[in-house]
Amino acid sequence: MEPFTTFTSRTVALPATNIDTDQIIPARFLTTTTRAGLGAHLFEDWRYDERGAPRADFVLNRPESAGCRILVAGRNFGCGSSREHAPWALLDHGFRAVVSTEIADIFRNNSLKNGLLPVIVDEPTSAWLLGHPGTELTIDLATTTLSLPTGGRVSFPVEAFAQHCLLNGVDELGYLLSRTREIEAFERRA
Amino acid sequence: MAAETAATPAVLYIDLHLIHEVTSPQAFTLLRERALSVRRADLTLATMDHSTPTRTSQVFGGAPIAIESAARQIRELEANCAQFGVELLGLTSEQRGIVHIIGPDLGLTQPGKTIVCGDSHTSTHGAVGALAFGIGTTEVAHVLATQCLLQRKPRTLAVEVEGTLGAGVTAKDLILAIIGRLGVAGGIGHVIEYRGSTIRALDMDERMTVCNMSIEAGARAGMVAPDETTYAYLAPRPRAPQGDAWEQAVGDWRTLPSDAGARYDRELRLDAAAIEPMITWGTNPGMVVPVTGSIPRQGSDAVIARALQYMGLEPGAPIRDQPVNVVFIGSCTNARLSDLRSAAAVLRGRRIARGLTMLVVPGSQQVKRQAEAEGLDRVFLEAGAEWRESGCSMCLGMNGDTVPRGEYAVSTSNRNFEGRQGAGARTLLASPLTAAASAVRGRVTDPRELL
Repeated sequence: MEPFTTFTSRTVALPATNIDTDQIIPARFLTTTTRAGLGAHLFEDWRYDERGAPRADFVLNRPESAGCRILVAGRNFGCGSSREHAPWALLDHGFRAVVSTEIADIFRNNSLKNGLLPVIVDEPTSAWLLGHPGTELTIDLATTTLSLPTGGRVSFPVEAFAQHCLLNGVDELGYLLSRTREIEAFERRA
Repeated sequence: MAAETAATPAVLYIDLHLIHEVTSPQAFTLLRERALSVRRADLTLATMDHSTPTRTSQVFGGAPIAIESAARQIRELEANCAQFGVELLGLTSEQRGIVHIIGPDLGLTQPGKTIVCGDSHTSTHGAVGALAFGIGTTEVAHVLATQCLLQRKPRTLAVEVEGTLGAGVTAKDLILAIIGRLGVAGGIGHVIEYRGSTIRALDMDERMTVCNMSIEAGARAGMVAPDETTYAYLAPRPRAPQGDAWEQAVGDWRTLPSDAGARYDRELRLDAAAIEPMITWGTNPGMVVPVTGSIPRQGSDAVIARALQYMGLEPGAPIRDQPVNVVFIGSCTNARLSDLRSAAAVLRGRRIARGLTMLVVPGSQQVKRQAEAEGLDRVFLEAGAEWRESGCSMCLGMNGDTVPRGEYAVSTSNRNFEGRQGAGARTLLASPLTAAASAVRGRVTDPRELL
C-alpha cells in the first residue's frame, strides 16, 4: 500500500445522519468478484433516478464536487453491512478521507485497511464543516490534525498501529505473517 | 494469541471462520497474488446464501441462475474452495443455508469460540456465549492466511432485561425495543452482553434473534452467557464435541459466564412486561414504535422528515392498518424452525389478503426439511404464500428476490434502510407473528388480535 501523507482538498458535505453502507453501495452491485470500478455505483440510488439519469440536486452531481477528496457526513457514517465494497467505492470515486462525529466500527476498520482515512471530530467542528461545504482542508496523519483555512486546527484520534501502517505503507497482513512462529507455538499449546 | 500494547493491537486467534460467496472472492485473489495458502482449512467452512437464488428450479432444477454475475460468484466460490481445500456446503448440499443459521445448526458454533465471517450479522453466534463479529474482506484474507486478526479490546455494555414477555411478544420485539432505546449508534465500540431473567428464559433460536441485531445498535458483537439451555441445544448437533470431549467441553464452558458483580462500561435496563409487539416506521432499525403506536410527527427534525418522505407515511397516523403489499418471512434474524412455526400458527386455516405477495424462505435446507416434516410448507402454500429454498432472499435484494419500488413490505429481516430490499422498496421490520398477521389482513396488524 502507498504511504498516506498530508493532503489538501476541498470538502463535499452530506449532512444526513446514519448513512448506511447500503446507501454507499447497494447490494445489487455486490455480485462482483473484483474491487475495481465500484465508484460508478457510489450512492447509486441518491445519484441517479429510476431511469438512470443523474439527480441534479444530489451533491456529487454538482460541478463543484469534482475533484473533492474529503467527504464530510452526519453522525454514524457507514453503519450497517460489513461490505468492504463501501470504502472501495468511495476510494474509486476519489475520496481519501471521511469526516464525521461518529463512524461505524466495521466501516472504520475496513477504511483504514484501504487507505481511506476516517476522521472523527467533535460536534461543533462537524457542524461548521457541514455548514461550509467546499472548504479547503488539510489533513495531516502524522500529527493527526485537520487544518481549516481560517487557521483553526483540530486534532483527531487514530489507532496507533493503523496510523503507523498508513504512514509507512506497511500492510497488516505482512505484519501478521511476520508473527507466524508465535502463531505456530500458540497452535501447539491449544 | 498476543495481548495488545499501546503500539500494537492484540493478535486474536480465530476458532471458526465462516465464508460465503459475496465477501470472499477478493480475499482469495489476495492469497493468490501473494502465493499464500489457507492456514487452517479445518477451521474454515464455506457456504452460499447472499446472491444465491431461492427458486427451486435454479437451485435443483438445472435452470440457469437468473443473475449472471451471481452465477459467476457462485462458480468462483466453488473454484476457490477446491483450490484452497476449504469445505464447501454448496448449492445442492443438504446442509447449505444462511451462514449464521448453519453454524449453530451443525453445532460448530460453540461457547467460548472466537468466530468471524465477512458479514455483520455474525453477532448471531454470540447467542451461545461465543465472541462473534463481522469483518471486511481484507480481514477475511488475514484470517484465511494466518488464522489471526488484529483487534483492540472493545468496551462492554450490559443490557439487562427482567420479567416476562407478554403473549404475542417475541424476541424480535425485544431486540427492536432495545435498539429503539439504544439508537442505531448507541453500541459503537461496545460488545453487548444480554442478561437478566427474560434472556435466561429465551430458547436458543430466540437468543440468536436478539444477538443477530446487535449490529443494528452499532455494536459489533452481542452475547448471552452459556447455560443448561445452551448445552441441551448443542448436545445432539453433529459437529459438537462427542463423548468424553463433550464432558470436557461443558466443564470448560461452565467457567465462561461473567462473574457475579461484574462491572460494565455501560448498562441499560428494560422491563419485559412493558414491551409490546414492535414495528419500524422509518429507514433505520431505531425508528421503531409499538404496533399500537403512531408514526411520529416530523416537527423540525430533518432526519424524521427525510425518513417519512421516503416511506410515504402520514405523520402522526397510527402504524396499525397501514396497507401492506409484500410479506417476507426469512433472513438470519427470523428463519429458524421456531420462527416458521410461529408464522404458521397465525396462518393455519387462513388465507393471505388478496393482491398481497408473501415469501417464506427457510434459513437452511435442514430447517426446510424439518418444516416440511411438520407440514408447515402446506400451511404456507394453502394460505397463498410461496415456499422457497434457503438463502438470504429478500433481506438484501441481490439474488432475484426483491420488493418492487414504492411497495410496502412487512419483513422479519434486520434492515429497513432505503432500498435495502430493492430500489425504492419500503420496509417495516417486525416479528414473524406480526408479519403473518399483517399478511392475513393486508394491513399492519397487531398479532394479538389473531392469536
